[in-house]
Amino acid sequence: MERAMGLPISHLLLVTGLVLVLIGMWGVLVHRNILRIIIGFSLFGTGTHIVLVATGYVTGGTAPIIDRALPVGEAGARAVDPVPSALVVTAIVIGFSVTAIMLSYAIRLYEARKTLSIDAFTESKW
Amino acid sequence: MTRVWAAIVVFLFGAVFAGLAVGYSERTAPSELAMRYLEQVPADLGAANVVTGILITYRGFDTLGEVAVLFMVAASVGMLLSGGRGGSTSPAAVTARPARPPSELVVNGAQVVLPIAFLFGAYVIVNGHLSAGGGFQGGAVVASGVVLLVLGRPSVVLDHGFLSVTESLAGVLYVTLGILGLFFAGGFLDSHILPRGTFGAFVSAGAIPLISALLGIKVAAELSVIIDRFRN
Repeated sequence: MERAMGLPISHLLLVTGLVLVLIGMWGVLVHRNILRIIIGFSLFGTGTHIVLVATGYVTGGTAPIIDRALPVGEAGARAVDPVPSALVVTAIVIGFSVTAIMLSYAIRLYEARKTLSIDAFTESKW
Repeated sequence: MTRVWAAIVVFLFGAVFAGLAVGYSERTAPSELAMRYLEQVPADLGAANVVTGILITYRGFDTLGEVAVLFMVAASVGMLLSGGRGGSTSPAAVTARPARPPSELVVNGAQVVLPIAFLFGAYVIVNGHLSAGGGFQGGAVVASGVVLLVLGRPSVVLDHGFLSVTESLAGVLYVTLGILGLFFAGGFLDSHILPRGTFGAFVSAGAIPLISALLGIKVAAELSVIIDRFRN
């Protein structure tokens, strides 16, 4: 349960998250289509969330919810760190907000130039 | 040329991340803060879900700020998408545009899944203190039901006035509960204003289920408005 393909589960999550961050970064830097850049930012954010959750994992831990499977007395010994989970809930909502704002700007930019290519917007370029 | 620079940047970040991943060792015990939360949330707040307890009571002010961010986003998306586009935002203009009708699958799927999606969203919202879930998560489930609704029935018109009033009322009640905490409990947004109840019962954990429900209503209404703005 705690190991997958010979790696501890938190390592696997950490690597997945970091790779997603790199893919998102590549997408933001290379693509010229504004929608693809936004997708890159979303991947970047998702990767960061996975990394945060991975750092909260405690060996052999389960979800920090007290029920029959996790009595109150064992919570300290067998639960994962609840703080990163709580922070990621916040981060997901903020990530959604940022994506919504980026998409509405994309719509306005498309209306201005009738294209989604970032190359059409040269006013702020030096 | 851009690709070469991008490859170099991504490679360098990759090298830094590889160092992080190799040097990371899994934790064997929760931090002191986590231990405190794991003990305090069930004992002090009476909530079974530690994450919800942290979000709604201990970091309640932070959650209020987050709701404020969502509100500002709904307002600015509305401003960005409605300003300076004469006529094209009225629902009549949208329905008059010849659009491809939604596929049979989406229409029928929406009819079957929608009631279940809304019910599940409500369940997730009000059970936030007992099991995985809470206001934000359940609100997102309800809003995804709204996405399915507008995909399956493009002619449907969401009542923005009603949604705004609902959302504002939920927000005002949320802040009122927070202020009640100042007078009847330890501080702003303290959930001890209501009795703790039996641990694990549906009505328990002080004001947490109430705040969770208000959050869920607010988030669902806000996300629905944001989604609907993109439609028109």
